[in-house]
Amino acid sequence: MAKILVYVEQRDGKTKKASFELVGASAAAGNETHAVLIGDAVTALAAECAHYGATKVHVVQDAQLKYYSNEAYSKALSQAIKTISPDAVLAAHTPIGKDLLPTVAALHDGALATDCTALSFSGGKLTLKRPMYSGKVIADVEFTGTSLAMATVRANSIGLPKPDTSKTADPSQISVDLSGLKTKILEVVKGNSARPDVTEAAIVISGGRSLKSAENFKIIEDAADVIGAAVGASRAAVDAGYRPHRDQVGQTGKVVSPALYIACGISGAIQHLAGMRTSKVIVAINTDPQAPIFQVADYGIVGDLFQVVPALTAEFKKLKE
Amino acid sequence: MNLYVCIKQVPDTETKIKLNADQTGIDPGGIKWIMSPYDEYGVEEALRIKEKNAGSTVTVVSAGPDRVVDSLRTALAMGADNAIHVELPETADSAFAAKALAAALKKEAKVDLVFFGKEAIDDGAAQVPQLVAAHLGIPSVTVVVGIEYAGSTLKCKREIEGGSFEMVEVTAPAVIAGSKGLNDPRYATLPNIMKAKKKEVKALKLADLGVSASDQKIKYKNLQLPPPKQAGKKIDGDAAAQAKALVQALHTEAKVI
Repeated sequence: MAKILVYVEQRDGKTKKASFELVGASAAAGNETHAVLIGDAVTALAAECAHYGATKVHVVQDAQLKYYSNEAYSKALSQAIKTISPDAVLAAHTPIGKDLLPTVAALHDGALATDCTALSFSGGKLTLKRPMYSGKVIADVEFTGTSLAMATVRANSIGLPKPDTSKTADPSQISVDLSGLKTKILEVVKGNSARPDVTEAAIVISGGRSLKSAENFKIIEDAADVIGAAVGASRAAVDAGYRPHRDQVGQTGKVVSPALYIACGISGAIQHLAGMRTSKVIVAINTDPQAPIFQVADYGIVGDLFQVVPALTAEFKKLKE
Repeated sequence: MNLYVCIKQVPDTETKIKLNADQTGIDPGGIKWIMSPYDEYGVEEALRIKEKNAGSTVTVVSAGPDRVVDSLRTALAMGADNAIHVELPETADSAFAAKALAAALKKEAKVDLVFFGKEAIDDGAAQVPQLVAAHLGIPSVTVVVGIEYAGSTLKCKREIEGGSFEMVEVTAPAVIAGSKGLNDPRYATLPNIMKAKKKEVKALKLADLGVSASDQKIKYKNLQLPPPKQAGKKIDGDAAAQAKALVQALHTEAKVI
């Protein structure tokens, strides 16, 4: 049994499910699982950490931690590591996690593996796998020395355990000196999307240039909204101005790993595959039976997306009834 | 301003990856090497600052085997003034590379801004910018898609999830890791490519920097090409029948909806 510290991420008082995948995995392996929350007035989130299996919950809170900044949060997490002395530190590979953990690794001379897609514990040791070369290669991670082991793990890689809402937390507070911060968060400009983010959603439905216009993406959005999916896009669709860059899946966009990825009118260029090939189940809908996307698809439909996608939306609705 | 850009040389995205014999890395034979695409945003941003601030210099730094000098020359051809090649073994990890780059930057008289790409497309670790910033004791802002300059103060637009952005203010010296949208990197012209071939590239050895293989923290082993995927199920019929069969399969067979 090892002592594992999971950084449980929150923004605006809402926790990230991807953090609880890690709490759950650590607890399921029988580890002494510590969760740390960082923010302003976040003690109320401690119970949720306990529901997913945290043995102990720690809170670092300060008005200066209301918004994320690398500088303030790295001091906070660093203080938590000093206080708790864990054998390993885990975080989700999210915009916060991937920015934060390297800085904390430098402060603790830690050994960090980022963007891992598989994690297990054997004999108290952390075992990790991660993709490289745009997902063309999967490698085992070996820690070479005795430095503090650290990892960030891609969302949806493990899956969320069932929460036990009868569990309660008795959170302890950790205080941190945040004087002399050099970075200032001026503002957080909110995106206007009510849909989940492509990197976090369990289901992603993406469209390519075959959609032919921004307006036509409505059929993708309609399908997505029935099943609570995120809407993604190929680079070609983004370059054509049909979707904003934030929706782009692939090499120069987002890397996603959902339970279900539905590619509509996307040929499957290597740059696109780089962003979605670790998805659990891949569906391809394309008029061209030779499109490379069919080589990675679990289910392939050769057909016109303008007919298939609305039919799919109708079937999703039937399922939800 | 004294502007620095750290660049990494990586296999071109289209290159077919083959593994080496002991599966600890890739077979470097037959690979087309390029500057990691995100690093081009860093080079471009530094060049634009230089063009607006007389007396500024742009120095590109790359750590790696001798082959990386080619990518340094690409950056020189884009308009960088100086280049530094830091010797580093092929299998170095982010921690080792960051120690070497930080040590090289510490040898410089004055460092105002250090640009990076948000990540390199080979290992995709996205660690080195933050590690170098921490070793230099200066702040870092990553995934930057826009910068407003007011003297030595930078207002950075950092892309986060859900189409949201953080507006982050830092004062130089600082590390900035750029992403798509920051600018539109220029192409090198032929005369500049010819000129870049004659420019000197300063070489630094690890021993001169006080950095060694003991700074490596992780190694990769048992590299595997993803197992060939079993042929997917083709669903036939008209659109309505295809949709029905697909949803059925996703619900009862794959159990993902």
